[in-house]
Amino acid sequence: MNAPATLLDKIWSGNEILRRADGTSLLWVDRHLVHEGSHHAFAKLAGRGERVAEPALTFCVVDHYAPTRDRDGRLAPQIAHMIETLRDNAATHGLTLFDLDDPRQGIVHVIGPEQGLTLPGLLINCGDSHTSTHGAFGALAFGIGATEVAHVLATQTVWQKKPAAMRITIDGSLGPGVTAKDIALNWIASLGTGGAQGHAVEYAGSTIADLSMEGRMTLCNLSIEGGARFGMIAPDETTLSYIKDRPFAPKGDAWAKAVEAWNDLASDDGAEFAREVAIKAGDIAPTVTWGTSPEQAVPIDAAIPDPAKLAAGKADAARSALDYMGLSAGRPIAGTPIDHVFIGSCTNGRIEDLRAAGAVLAGRKAKVPGLVSPGSAMVKAQAEREGLDRIFSEAGLEWAAAGCSMCVAMNGDHVAAGKRCASSTNRNFRGRQGRGARTHLMSPAMAAAAAVTGAIADVRPLLMGRAT
Amino acid sequence: MAGWSTHEGRAVLLPIDHVDTDQLIPARFMSVPRSEGYGDYLLHDLRRDHEGELHPDFPLNRITDASVIVAGHNFGSGSSREAAVYALVDAGIRAVVAPSFGDIFAGNAVNNGLLPARIRAEDAALLAELLASEPADARIDLETLEIGIGKAFVPFVLDDGWRTKLIKGWDDIDLTRQQAAHIRDFRETRMQSAPWAKPAAAD
Repeated sequence: MNAPATLLDKIWSGNEILRRADGTSLLWVDRHLVHEGSHHAFAKLAGRGERVAEPALTFCVVDHYAPTRDRDGRLAPQIAHMIETLRDNAATHGLTLFDLDDPRQGIVHVIGPEQGLTLPGLLINCGDSHTSTHGAFGALAFGIGATEVAHVLATQTVWQKKPAAMRITIDGSLGPGVTAKDIALNWIASLGTGGAQGHAVEYAGSTIADLSMEGRMTLCNLSIEGGARFGMIAPDETTLSYIKDRPFAPKGDAWAKAVEAWNDLASDDGAEFAREVAIKAGDIAPTVTWGTSPEQAVPIDAAIPDPAKLAAGKADAARSALDYMGLSAGRPIAGTPIDHVFIGSCTNGRIEDLRAAGAVLAGRKAKVPGLVSPGSAMVKAQAEREGLDRIFSEAGLEWAAAGCSMCVAMNGDHVAAGKRCASSTNRNFRGRQGRGARTHLMSPAMAAAAAVTGAIADVRPLLMGRAT
Repeated sequence: MAGWSTHEGRAVLLPIDHVDTDQLIPARFMSVPRSEGYGDYLLHDLRRDHEGELHPDFPLNRITDASVIVAGHNFGSGSSREAAVYALVDAGIRAVVAPSFGDIFAGNAVNNGLLPARIRAEDAALLAELLASEPADARIDLETLEIGIGKAFVPFVLDDGWRTKLIKGWDDIDLTRQQAAHIRDFRETRMQSAPWAKPAAAD
């Protein structure tokens, strides 16, 4: 009998072509997702006179630079150029492109699953660190740089050293108003942004089993903010019912064979993990960041930490973060006035996220301006069928088209210098949402609560008596 | 890409933890073609004020001929943007020395001939002290995995495969081409044994 294997072991060996003496594996790539930012890689390919090896396994989408407003109007020249370049590269190599006007367009990590391109047991690469999102389906999915993108384009393979396996087990029920986003911010705050470096994180436990696919994607998406290039969750009934009948998902016999193969995709009893962490769901409160690193986060009812009381290695970074953020140590994080709200991104731009924000905003007015950018055109259409767009508009928030938008501030959507944004995104780095912008990461429901109160606020009282 | 096994240059201290990829190169510069050079964008918003004037006290502005950066924990955390590495390389940086690195950044660095040299925290403290007031001559040896800065010598850790790649200056695509037969066989087997792994024809 074979030794008990982890989920990571199983998918890794399923995709391993060979392993070099130095321990680096050559892996087969089942799906390669490409966006405008991949222009460096296509330039490298052209420089070598190479073709894309597997056009049928390569899918392109406009997302990082996608305008969210006035799409039919004149685009800024550098944005138009980025989109044109992707179109040219897709046409040259005969690749499927989800272009701006395609009803399937959206953020690459939202549309992959939505289109049934993301499946359990696949190795999925994309030139974007949040590719860990797709691991929510029991896939081996990781972000790669431009040189590696060029390599995958040319060979449909990637060289990678197998990471160590780490398991985060979360058991119990989440409290009302507590979401997958809060689970992620919680573990990153406790282990640090480098806490899972060199590891692939598998999430397990009853809390994970109860999460929807949307919640699982949020959790796996944020793995990279804890340093893990990979996040993963074993597929189950929730996974299968999400995938079935999606456009690119297997059909008929292939579906039956797939389900059979996927049934084995779970860590065996007794499988060894290099590191194990256990979290009780009941201990997690709605969580927000106060600093410029995702690990600088506290529960909503806590105070902004005093750098002098932090571990020596964290104090300087905390002082510098508080200075950038314009915050004082020791004050409660709740009540911090905000200037702007953003709801969207590959972390929290899915239908469930918009519903959660809508549940808070329905019948209420936002005290600050804000932008809601759905994760995909399909999410947008669904939200509009459910009337969520009206809730946002009536609250005074702008309802826009799908793209990475204000999460990465490449498409012109940005937060002005010195302004404070309550944001459902993934990175609160300095200048991430625009030069000098101050970002507080939180769940979509918490961002909605911030909109309604004009300050960082506990969403829970605002949900009393409301169906969520 | 040219390989290298030793480097002699000047080391500068950047005493900051979590220098993330958004700081290494702000997103707004990333639509520029590489041929124009990314060096001026390196740490742009830390080095320059809102009018674009250089902060005279910022280490990389004081010392303009540095080729080795000694930095804090978790250097290059964040996104997969290889432009962060281009900015360093185009500014003449050959090695970053730090106690820890973002995983994707480190791989990208090696793919561009930039050494991510991981050192022990106590050695980082030693080098920080040494470089606190002024830069010093640096010597890096990929064969012995040692960095000499001023009179101090500290060991660094580097994955074996990465070391070979830096020394030989190999391009992975060329290496992978040598495995073409293995790849072809694997592809065949994968298509047979996991027919579901292929994207179904779109409706």
